[in-house]
Amino acid sequence: MSQADLTIHGQPPGLVTGIPPFSVAAKKMAIWLFIIADAATFAGCLVAYGFLRNGTPNWPTPFESIVNVAAMTFILLTSSLTMLFGVRAAKAGDKSRAFLWTMITALGGIIFAALHIREWMGLIHGGMTMFHNPWGTPLFGASFFSITGLHLLHVTGGVIALLAVGVRYKGGRYNADDLEVTGLYWHFVDLVWMFVVPFVYLLNLSR
Amino acid sequence: MADAPDVQKTDPAARYTDTAGKYIVIYGCLLVLATLQFVIAYSHVDRTAMFARMLLIAIAEAGLALLFFMHLWAEKRGFLLFVVVFTGFVLLAMQYGWTDSNRMDTGVPYSQPNSGVVSQ
Repeated sequence: MSQADLTIHGQPPGLVTGIPPFSVAAKKMAIWLFIIADAATFAGCLVAYGFLRNGTPNWPTPFESIVNVAAMTFILLTSSLTMLFGVRAAKAGDKSRAFLWTMITALGGIIFAALHIREWMGLIHGGMTMFHNPWGTPLFGASFFSITGLHLLHVTGGVIALLAVGVRYKGGRYNADDLEVTGLYWHFVDLVWMFVVPFVYLLNLSR
Repeated sequence: MADAPDVQKTDPAARYTDTAGKYIVIYGCLLVLATLQFVIAYSHVDRTAMFARMLLIAIAEAGLALLFFMHLWAEKRGFLLFVVVFTGFVLLAMQYGWTDSNRMDTGVPYSQPNSGVVSQ
């Protein structure tokens, strides 16, 4: 393959011609790069958690019920579906329906966050903090609150983004592509939860 | 002065032709897989086997979400490869520390006092 084959109208793609790499628009490429970096962040947290769990004898298993985490999982998965409907409606030009689905998605995120905080409060009332754990090693409290806290921070940020982008989309300042980019972030938050649930919750069920 | 590049004039990225029915089917698959993880949590297998099964299911869930919810399947194959290979490499590179973790747990072969350490 010659150098000429790699150019478009004599110019390398992406620099002068305006054709972005992989034909992915700049905004979408930016969120994908963020998602890749964020995936590494979460993976780092989960690997560190696994490292501690594997190397700590008598790791506590404090979770007695899966009802709360099951409800949270269901709500987050469902919110991903509603986000898809929102983006689909936006691509079809149905602005009011896209806005409605986006707000339903944000509501799902708010319910998820509320359930999460309720669960946290229960654990805190039970004596677990970042530096103390009545069931054993304090590392459990530190790793649990760090990982779930980081995820909750992402959910909170996602809800704010959904509300802001949704309102501006309805007002005409943002378009369907902006809604799609926000949706990609929201699906990523859902994707991370698929790993947090088994490793942080289900492997620590008391049986 | 030349016009600035305009990404709107370029080739469209993915054209999403997925129907709502397809989304619901994928959503159903994700719900089933998530439920399977909860079932495994109550099964009578050792922690290692449980972890391996849950990890496999989580990867399957992530794959479905990436390909269809995040529309990676509809993007150009080069972009799909870029995301999967780059991310996969970073995630795999993080796994280098497990031998140390096992050594903390089992205490072999160098964690015993003065074991394998040349005294000065």
